[in-house]
Amino acid sequence: MDVLFLSRLQFAAATLFHFLFVPLTLGLSFLVAYMETKYARTGDEMYLKMTKFWGKLLIINFVMGVVTGITLEFQFGTNWSRYSAFVGDVFGPLLAIEATVAFFLESTLVGVWIFGWNKISKWAHATVMWLIAISSSISALWILVANAWMQHPVGYTIRDGRAELTDLSAAIFSKFAILEFLHTISSGYILSAFFVMGICSYHLLKKQNIEFFARSFKIALVFGLIFSFFEAIEGDIHGADVAVTQPAKMAAMECHWETKSKAPVFLFAWPDEENERNSIEIGAIPGLLSFLAFKNFDAEVIGLKEFPKDERPNVLITSMAFKIMVGLGTLFCLLTLTGWFLRNRLLEYPLYLKIMLFSIPLPYIAASMGWIVTEVGRQPWIVYGLMKTQDAVSPVSTIQVFTSLAAFILVYGLLGVIGFYLIAKNASKGPVA
Amino acid sequence: MVLETIWFFLWGLLWAIYFVADGFDFGIGCMIPFIGDNELEKRKMYNAIGPVWDGNEVWLITAGGVTFAAFPLVYAVMFSTMYTPLMLILFGLIFRGVAIEFRENEDSKAWKLSWDICMCAGSFLPAFLFGVAFANIFKGIPFDCNGIFYGDLLTFINPYSLLGGILFVLLFIMHGALWLTIKTDGNLQQKANDLVLKIWPTLLTAILVFVAASRYATDLFANYQKQPMFYIVLLFAVAAILAVRIFVHHQLYWRAWFASAITIFSCTFFGIIGLYPNMFPSLIDPSYHLTAHNASSSPLTLTIMLIVVLLFVPVVIGYQVWAYILFKDKVDEKELVY
Repeated sequence: MDVLFLSRLQFAAATLFHFLFVPLTLGLSFLVAYMETKYARTGDEMYLKMTKFWGKLLIINFVMGVVTGITLEFQFGTNWSRYSAFVGDVFGPLLAIEATVAFFLESTLVGVWIFGWNKISKWAHATVMWLIAISSSISALWILVANAWMQHPVGYTIRDGRAELTDLSAAIFSKFAILEFLHTISSGYILSAFFVMGICSYHLLKKQNIEFFARSFKIALVFGLIFSFFEAIEGDIHGADVAVTQPAKMAAMECHWETKSKAPVFLFAWPDEENERNSIEIGAIPGLLSFLAFKNFDAEVIGLKEFPKDERPNVLITSMAFKIMVGLGTLFCLLTLTGWFLRNRLLEYPLYLKIMLFSIPLPYIAASMGWIVTEVGRQPWIVYGLMKTQDAVSPVSTIQVFTSLAAFILVYGLLGVIGFYLIAKNASKGPVA
Repeated sequence: MVLETIWFFLWGLLWAIYFVADGFDFGIGCMIPFIGDNELEKRKMYNAIGPVWDGNEVWLITAGGVTFAAFPLVYAVMFSTMYTPLMLILFGLIFRGVAIEFRENEDSKAWKLSWDICMCAGSFLPAFLFGVAFANIFKGIPFDCNGIFYGDLLTFINPYSLLGGILFVLLFIMHGALWLTIKTDGNLQQKANDLVLKIWPTLLTAILVFVAASRYATDLFANYQKQPMFYIVLLFAVAAILAVRIFVHHQLYWRAWFASAITIFSCTFFGIIGLYPNMFPSLIDPSYHLTAHNASSSPLTLTIMLIVVLLFVPVVIGYQVWAYILFKDKVDEKELVY
């Protein structure tokens, strides 16, 4: 185990853990803002109770997102110093702008929202939650622009042995960045909808606070339905863009070895990376990959063999993560569509409610798989085509990284258990009168 | 050149604001297990910083982000050489943050005590280590032209850096105690008042000893000898801390707190001015020093970031001041959240 491997493991663990909390903040804040606006407009106490109940879960989740986010910002320096020195001129501003423009507002206003119930009017209080919701999505925008730059670097030049910014708007408005942003925030909105629908299902199955949870369910359902379908369409466009910008990743996602036209999609494939082929291929749909990538069944899709062996990502991990993500995404469309038809008779369908309850973890898994596709699929590059991950790592000692990784696993493990326990506890308690 | 110098001082400014803003949160965190006699007093202490601590912490994220954006090489070498101390700071901040939010969620004594301990350790550790880290930066770090560090954890532990750590902790405890005098009343306020009086002489001594020690342990004074008018920052620090004592005597707590803020600010700038143009001096060879000029970003990036900061930081300060004014009143027993 060397510094490179340990640092990668540490960054993966810290990012995936951080992203267990970020998506819920992204989506639930909008749902709470909507509920609170309903309260301000109608004066209906039910909406106030909703705001407080879901808001409480949001706040517990929020603090976990905050504390795990700070470590990420500093890990570029601690563990990836050669990367930071090489790309800081382009990458640094994106992180700095995120904090200055968005995260400040979000964090300051969360305090105002928690403590401000009797200090500001109910309209002002609802506005504060809207601003929290909007600024958290803007925050995500900057972080994802930064990540997208690592996937598809634009707007820079190499000068004095480092990447220097030449065009900030090219980086911000790159097609890849916009697609990645839309894809990621939608995953957060879907996750939040399933989180709310799952908890509602739990209470509806127990036949408690029926009115409260049936109404909450419907609010989340609309949100989830819209974004599940949006995500499917957006994902298709995003995938087509990856085929152009990151052909090696695309080929790995689909276990596609030989460059050819009428490239197929396999329902299931097990790659044999040693022999550059698939040892198992089930359910080939000819031409589908060509069509998905280039909207033409005859289009030629570049295969993995075009890339030297040391410039291919891990095919097994990338393809499995991709398949799971797409499968779950499809399931979310089906579940929310079913929900739409049952929305006024939820209590008559306990099986559906049970499925929704046990679906709570699924969007979490889908989001993690998405990040694994994005990041593992980019390897061996840390900045695609520009800098390799192995050249990016800090000149620090193995024992330091080993110790910090152990601490991360221990502390995050502990906090994860406590955090989710508190969320579950407050969720199952139901609304307080 | 000018742009780099502007950025150097903006960089210092952001750290100074961070220490002023999160300093009192750290101070109150450190003292929670010791001066809160009962559950109600402890809760009042959590609620005294509850509405603002999270916004305060973002100044650190901004200071870190700006280091990355404006001085990528400093960001890279500083944080990788100080790997373990920085990790300890980050873990401290994690525990501090969750302690504030999680503590109220269970009623058992053991639960609350555990989070009080996390709060205390998670406040003390960053407060102390920021002091240790900056003192070491003033002193210089053994690293070469490739940013490779020739030392270990013990390298950071020396009399001067420990003094820096103690100074930071004392500054923040006084700052926190003064915030408590503003936000509470009765017995708790009295205790906070007494604490300020008790640590004040030690803090004054610590400041003077640290400044004197800097004369021998660092090159900070070179800039002051070149340009004696900069000594004014030391004058500010001493005047401000004397003012704290006077204001506390007259129970003008808001003014005392502002004077304490100026003390922290001046102490930070004493170091920043002395450091210029160095940002991360090397003990091995002065030619390895990372400076505002050899470690900075391109003029384009510095210009863009300058526009962003000049545009948004005043806005941030604006709404943060609004939030402070909104929660300026004493903590109300009937409206406790945490």
